[in-house]
Amino acid sequence: MSVDAATVRRIARLARIAVAEDEVEHLQGELNAMLAFVEQLQEVDVAGVEPMTSVTPMAMKMRKDEVTDGGNAEAVLANAPQSEDGFFMVPKVIE
Amino acid sequence: MTELTSLTLAEACDRLRKKDISAVELTSAHVAAVEKARALNAYVLETPEQAVAMAKASDARIAKGEAGPLEGIPLAIKDLFATKGVRTTACSHILDNFVPTYESTITSQLWRDGAVMLGKTNNDEFAMGSSNETSCFGTVQSPWRREGSNTPLVPGGSSGGSAAAVAAQLCLGATATDTGGSIRQPAAFTGTVGIKPTYGRCSRWGVVAFASSLDQAGPITKTVRDAAIMLRSMAGPDAKDTTCVDRPVPDYEAAIGKSVKGLRIGIPKEYRLDGMPAEIEKIWQQGCDWLKSGGAELVDVSLPHTKYALPAYYIVAPAEASSNLARYDGVRYGLRAPGRDITDMYEKTRAEGFGAEVRRRVMIGTYVLSAGYYDAYYLRAQQVRTLIKRDFEQCFEAGVHAMLTPATPSAAFGIGEKGGADPVEMYLNDVFTVTVNMAGLPGIAVPAGSDAQGLPLGLQLIGRPFDEETLFSLGEVIEREAGRFVAKSWW
Repeated sequence: MSVDAATVRRIARLARIAVAEDEVEHLQGELNAMLAFVEQLQEVDVAGVEPMTSVTPMAMKMRKDEVTDGGNAEAVLANAPQSEDGFFMVPKVIE
Repeated sequence: MTELTSLTLAEACDRLRKKDISAVELTSAHVAAVEKARALNAYVLETPEQAVAMAKASDARIAKGEAGPLEGIPLAIKDLFATKGVRTTACSHILDNFVPTYESTITSQLWRDGAVMLGKTNNDEFAMGSSNETSCFGTVQSPWRREGSNTPLVPGGSSGGSAAAVAAQLCLGATATDTGGSIRQPAAFTGTVGIKPTYGRCSRWGVVAFASSLDQAGPITKTVRDAAIMLRSMAGPDAKDTTCVDRPVPDYEAAIGKSVKGLRIGIPKEYRLDGMPAEIEKIWQQGCDWLKSGGAELVDVSLPHTKYALPAYYIVAPAEASSNLARYDGVRYGLRAPGRDITDMYEKTRAEGFGAEVRRRVMIGTYVLSAGYYDAYYLRAQQVRTLIKRDFEQCFEAGVHAMLTPATPSAAFGIGEKGGADPVEMYLNDVFTVTVNMAGLPGIAVPAGSDAQGLPLGLQLIGRPFDEETLFSLGEVIEREAGRFVAKSWW
């Protein structure tokens, strides 16, 4: 399988990465080189093989359902590009 | 003072405990060495004041008889580990002003045990790379050069700064992380020792995530014994990481010098690649002979799905990366580029903040997870991963204790030499190491010889899950025979 220029633009949109029009052709080449490389997986017989979900056979750890952390609004906001009154500030979302 | 930087971690521990040297002397010698070696670009942030303050506290604890296992030992920390109050960037422009308000579990355990932080080391952006050339802080120069040449070489990657710092004696050990070979390949390129422990052995909490089902941290050190000492402090259960196992941490150092007599070592035939340099073949055979004379038994084994590990990795790792890196949106931390609305802000922030390699992987990951392609790519890759793991399991069930393979398909290459036109050329560096991440196994790279141009070459030992001890025993046999590899200073 390979991707065309329209697909490159669609992937960029899904990944939320702005791609300039003059970068599309180059990116298309790179993505197709990667897709060509992974193409060889098609020759593996995977009939009846369980897809891996965890490399170590272990049950998910459980803990008591109780508050273990929190009340650190200042620390949480310390690296925010923009914050005000204990909130993250973003461009207007709702008209 | 230079003599102090040539100590191994184990030797320094002994001399500190005997009060032959002070922690402040040891740290100051390393701080001076780091300053003198800026041409290597191994460190992206030096923390000399903090280092001296920590060393003073270590001296006080040593005087009181309260020394921890790593008391007064100056270490370098890969810039992927969150360090409280100390800038942590993953060497990405998108995080270049990020100052964590918390400490990673691994580094907090190192400080608990008395270690001293010299600074943060360079790495490929978000650990995506095999040469340290994708870092937003620029490339690292390997302390190694080909005989009679001054061509700058890569230290390998992604933990290139950590490997270069250890090889150039700019610390006594360094933390590193390994998603497809990022501890073992740079260790092999720089004549140092690097171990990627079993998945789940070390906590991933506070380590910048790349591909969560593959990422695992470990040490890069001068010797196998040093790696054993350092891993003991790094490993252990952590309630904050549900994939971190609740198993006690053994005294890894006790495995050093233990007889390897009777151990069955698998030699996988699929690791003998067409066109592999004769020198790699030679050190591999040499390694076999050394283990044999140590009393180990060599057996030919087959891991038939080996060739599919790298392509499957280049689906699984980018898929997980595209999900993990979704958090860099310009809202909660890191870079924000202004946009006309929120989507425009996200897109511009991520375009400006991510480098070319990261953008490429996030995009391929987004594609293989997108509607209509998930089964053909991601699901199939995870099925192939089951088969890769099964290959190893069958060998272990047949009585194999560990496997011996080359660590890399070549010695270190020059800066700018690879991957310019085709990204896959660079990816092939990890052909021997990536299988181990796909199966979640432990793997250690140990220097075993040099090529014709005097560059170090490494061998890899792959172990059973949670049997790092056997790797330390076997690795030390190779180290004892091969000797140590120390770069001649030109910087």
